[in-house]
Formats: sequence, C-alpha cells, structure tokens
Amino acid sequence: MQQSKPRTIIEKVWDSHVVAEQPGAPTLLYIDFHLVHEVTSPQAFAGLRDRGLKVRRPQNTFATVDHSTPTTPKNLPIVDQIAATQVAQMATNAEEFGIPFFGFHNENNGICHVIGPEQGLTQPGMTVVCGDSHTATHGAFGALAFGIGTSEVEMVLATQVLLQRKSKTYQVHVDGSLKPGVAAKDIILALISRIGIGGGTGCVFEFTGSAIRSLSMEERMTVCNMAIEAGARAGMIAPDDTTYQYLAGRRFVPKGADWDAAVARWKQLPSDEGAVYDHSITINADELEPMITFGTNPGQGMAISGNIPDPASISDKLERDSLVKALKYMDLQPGQKLAGHPVNVVFVGSCTNSRISDLRAAASVMKGRKVKDGVRMLVVPGSQQIKRQAQAEGLDKIFTDSGAEWREAGCSMCIAMNGDQLAPGQYSVSTSNRNFEGRQGKGGRTFLASPMTAAASAINGVVTDVRTLMGGK
Amino acid sequence: MKIDSRVVLLPMDNVDTDQIIPARFLKTISKIGLGDQLFNDWRYLADGSPNLDFVLNKAESKGAEILLAGDNFGCGSSREHAPWALTQFGFKAVISTSFADIFKQNSLKNSLLPIVVSRDVHAKLLELRSADQAMKLQIDLASQMLIMPDGESVSFDVDAFSKTCMLEGVDEVGYILKQMPAIEKFEAGRLGGLNTLVWQ
Repeated sequence: MQQSKPRTIIEKVWDSHVVAEQPGAPTLLYIDFHLVHEVTSPQAFAGLRDRGLKVRRPQNTFATVDHSTPTTPKNLPIVDQIAATQVAQMATNAEEFGIPFFGFHNENNGICHVIGPEQGLTQPGMTVVCGDSHTATHGAFGALAFGIGTSEVEMVLATQVLLQRKSKTYQVHVDGSLKPGVAAKDIILALISRIGIGGGTGCVFEFTGSAIRSLSMEERMTVCNMAIEAGARAGMIAPDDTTYQYLAGRRFVPKGADWDAAVARWKQLPSDEGAVYDHSITINADELEPMITFGTNPGQGMAISGNIPDPASISDKLERDSLVKALKYMDLQPGQKLAGHPVNVVFVGSCTNSRISDLRAAASVMKGRKVKDGVRMLVVPGSQQIKRQAQAEGLDKIFTDSGAEWREAGCSMCIAMNGDQLAPGQYSVSTSNRNFEGRQGKGGRTFLASPMTAAASAINGVVTDVRTLMGGK
Repeated sequence: MKIDSRVVLLPMDNVDTDQIIPARFLKTISKIGLGDQLFNDWRYLADGSPNLDFVLNKAESKGAEILLAGDNFGCGSSREHAPWALTQFGFKAVISTSFADIFKQNSLKNSLLPIVVSRDVHAKLLELRSADQAMKLQIDLASQMLIMPDGESVSFDVDAFSKTCMLEGVDEVGYILKQMPAIEKFEAGRLGGLNTLVWQ
C-alpha cells in the first residue's frame, strides 16, 4: 500500500500493528514479542488464573529470571527465601502456561534485555514489551519496544494486544564520530544531561546520524536502553547491514528463503525522506567527552573534566531544591570536580553494559593492571552465553588477575534485590542505568559511567578519565 | 469518583518509583501489603523506627487521600508496585505538573488519579497548603474539576477511556476479549507472517 505522507520508522511500526481503532478509545496495538521476568509477572499470572484464562500466544512469549537471582556460583542455593519463592514461581508459571523459559540453571539464562537480542528473538519491525522499563533496549533493532506495568503484562498474556495511545516522535541526531575513550554510554548520558530526565516524556526517540550508524549492535543497545532515563517510552534505530549481520544465523531468526524475505521487509522500515518529527535535537559526537553523573538521577551528569553545578545558579525553586537534595545525599560540593573522587566499588554489568563488547572494553583497560587496594570490583556478564564467550577469550582471567570478581549472569548490583549491593555511604562507579537514591543499596551513592571509565576508576581507586590511562599502552 | 480530602505535600521534582517503593520489596509475588513500604527509605530510620521529619509520618497526613507532588512524578522503573503502594496507603489522587508515562498508565489502571495542573495552579496549591495544613481539596472525576478551598475550580484532563473505565468499573481485559474477532482477523491477514518464534 502506497502511503503519500512520508513516515518515520516509529510511525511505520505503529501503523503495521494497529488491530482496531474506535473513537474515544485507545488503539488496540498488536504485540509480537513479550518478555517475562520473575519480578513483575507473578501478579499477572495470578490474574489469569482468577479469570480462568490461558496465555493466548505462548509461542510469542519468553520468560527468564534475572532481577532477584544471585550472581554467586550456580551450585549454591538461593539463600534469600523470598527471592527463591519468586524464582520458583516463575518456573511454575512458565510450566503451567507453556511459556518457553530460560530458568536459573539453564545454560542460556541471563538478563531479559540481553538474551532477547542474543537469541535472535528481537527482530526489526516488531513490537516488543516487557514488564520492565529497559525494554527500550530492543529498539536498537528497529523494533518498537517499551516497558509496561503488571496489569498490562496480564493484558498481553491474555490477549496479545495492548490499549495504547500514540506517542510523539523525537529525532535525536548524533553527527560526527566518537573520539578514543568515549563510548556509546557517553552519547546517551550526554543526551539525558541536556534534555533532562523528563525531556522525552510522551515521545519515542529515533536515533539517527553518522555516529549512530557507526555503532555496533551492542553499542546501539546501550543507547536505546537508556531512552527511558530521558522519560521516552522507547528509543529506535533503523535497521541496516550492521543489524542484519548481527542477526544472521541466530537461533530464532528466519532461515533460508524466509531470511531473505524478512530482510527485504526490514529494508522498508527506515524513516522516509522528508518524514517530520514532533521534536528534534542534534548532538555532535566529536565534542563528546567521557561522561559521569554526580547526582541522584541520570540527567545529573557532566563531562568527566567538568565541575558540579552550583544550585545557586538555578532559578526554579523545586529544581534548585532537587539539586541541593541530590548533592547532600551524594555528599558532594558545588564546583567540585569528580575526577579524583575516591571510589569503594566498581560495577561492570546490567542490561545497559554487560555484553561481550562491554567486557572487552573494560578488559582492555585492566589488562596487566591491578584493581586498587580497598576497591571491590564486580564484573557481571549479561548472560551465561556471554560468560562462556568471555571465558573463551580469556577475559575472565584478565579480570580475576587484576583482583576483580567474575560472577554469574544477572541484574546484580544495578538493582540491589539479589544480594549484590552497596553498603550505606559507599561510592560506586557503575555501568548500570540508574543513580537514584538507594538504587544500588540503601544509602549507596552511584556515579554512572561507561565500562572504560569504570575500569579506569577501579585501577586508580578514584573516578578517572580513561584517556589518562590510554597514552602509554 | 469524588474525593474531598486533606493534602500531603511532597514538593520535590523527579520522584522516581525506586523512592516510592525500593526494589528490595519487589520480591513479593503478591499485590498486597505494600502500603507499609511506601516511601520506605525516606519514611523509616535505619533502626526501622519512623522518621518523624518525613511528611507521611506527620499527624496531618493521616487519612489524607491526595498527594501534591513535584514535576515528573513516578519516573524510572515500570513497577506497578508504586501505584499499589500509594493506593494501599490510602491515596486516591496525585497532583503534579507532569507524570512519567508508565507510572501514569499504571495509576489509571489502579484507580489512582494522576492530575496534571499548570505551574501556576501548582504554585497556588503549594502556597495554600503550606499556609494551612488542614486545607482540603475536592476532586470530581465525572466533571473533571478540582475545587480549591477558596471556591476556585480548575478543570483537568483525563483520558476519556480511562475515565469511563474508572467511573463504570470497566474491566480492560474483558473489553479487549470482546474484540477477539478483530485480533484473529489481524493475525490471519498479517503481511509477511506473524514473526512467530519457533523453537528450532
């Protein structure tokens, strides 16, 4: 069907999933792929039981356990009985409702947003949902992927559709190219620091431009993952050869003639020439430096060479109060530089930065060096498959030789509900996505950064600009 | 749905759902019992005793059904435990200048009314409430009106479908199930197949 009006990829994927529209009611939007995890689904399955309903399309549904699972050796039991019950409940629900499941002891277990792409479950042009805000990750493939609440999880399980209102479109154009020591994580942290954590509310981002095109799929996932941290429902990147090369041959992608047909279909997805966005912003990648957050939300970030802003310079009272509160919680001063600030823990992991390229980036900084005495460093692969690959490449040896802990896959210290957490008052440099108060453990203080910045900070025991370690290598 | 209640003041921007209910309380497989953990890390001291400086522990908060919050309330995690905890504490409406998208959806599905007001109205409400702890507001969902103590009324927007669901107790899953023929037709007519994931 020929459309006269040029459309963005956001609109194309939306339009192709509209089941029905009635005046006054939200659109019935079809969902292709539903990821389920142990934390936000038990109440939804209980709802299905109460209604006497089945999962309508178990073959489009996929379950894992990741949030409340420990990252200690797999032969140990889950000592937290409440978490053990939740993990067991996910297994029971998957079994009872016939949903494919990568359980705690499965060789492919891992973080939902890591295993979806890894298995080829996430494909261009799909609608993807999960009871988890970081579902935005899957948008890296040109899928419309967004987080939902548990009531909506129940809705998708029961019907395979959602009631949705269309979001606005927001183009994030990233020109130029990243300099050495600057990572995909720094692009998204820079965006959020510019537009704020509510800057994308009501919108879906499309990331475009030369700097985005030259990113690998894993780097694109890092960028899209944190779209939600700017308040956007989703972040998308149009598929290209990088996407097809990543997907080819993965377990759940079409094969043979079906693959060719799928690629031909996917090539129709990129935004049309002349498509109009509701909002747009341009970022020059040439000017980006490694980023670091100083506050208690992901928008409170700055270049690593920068100084913490002064609340006195902010005119809006609530905004000013929020910075004062953040600096008090972080025990930091206006005008202070973060480079050189002592660090207790370094965490490399999470659905943002736990993929093989993230581990390679961290290892490249750590090779032949030692984690500073008194600093604890955890390296947590995003999936058991990544763990095996890293071990095959000898990355685990680099980490353990340097004094870091090499763990089993899971969400780990991103969310502090699985045994991995900061003690009150501790500072971490973390590759995760949220520096909210208590996010990594009650009273813990988080500096968000890239895997390279995290690794460099582990070596020096203080927040470190990785570029200072790159010269002499 | 009519509310006539005192107001709890939480005038902070960007209150995230990790503050509304920290992740370590999400290991439950139930929806109930979350009201006690609402704002847990602000509400209780390290020894578990109430932090008397925090607004929820003050006498004027007892029985209040309206929360007056700052901009971008409910940002971050998609956890529906946030509106569950708020409603189980007793809140029926949250007033702010904006809400995070997922929190807003989750709230509407739990009959917790997210009311967006202009910055001017927000500032006036803050001022009135700061001057009078016992200040009451009236909220009427049917007419979409917020009535201030001085009689000034302000209309607010609410998604028409969500309003009907709340006022008439429409079950959204039931509503969708009635449209199953349309869903089946869509699946059957889908160009390029369904992207069904097959174990291979």
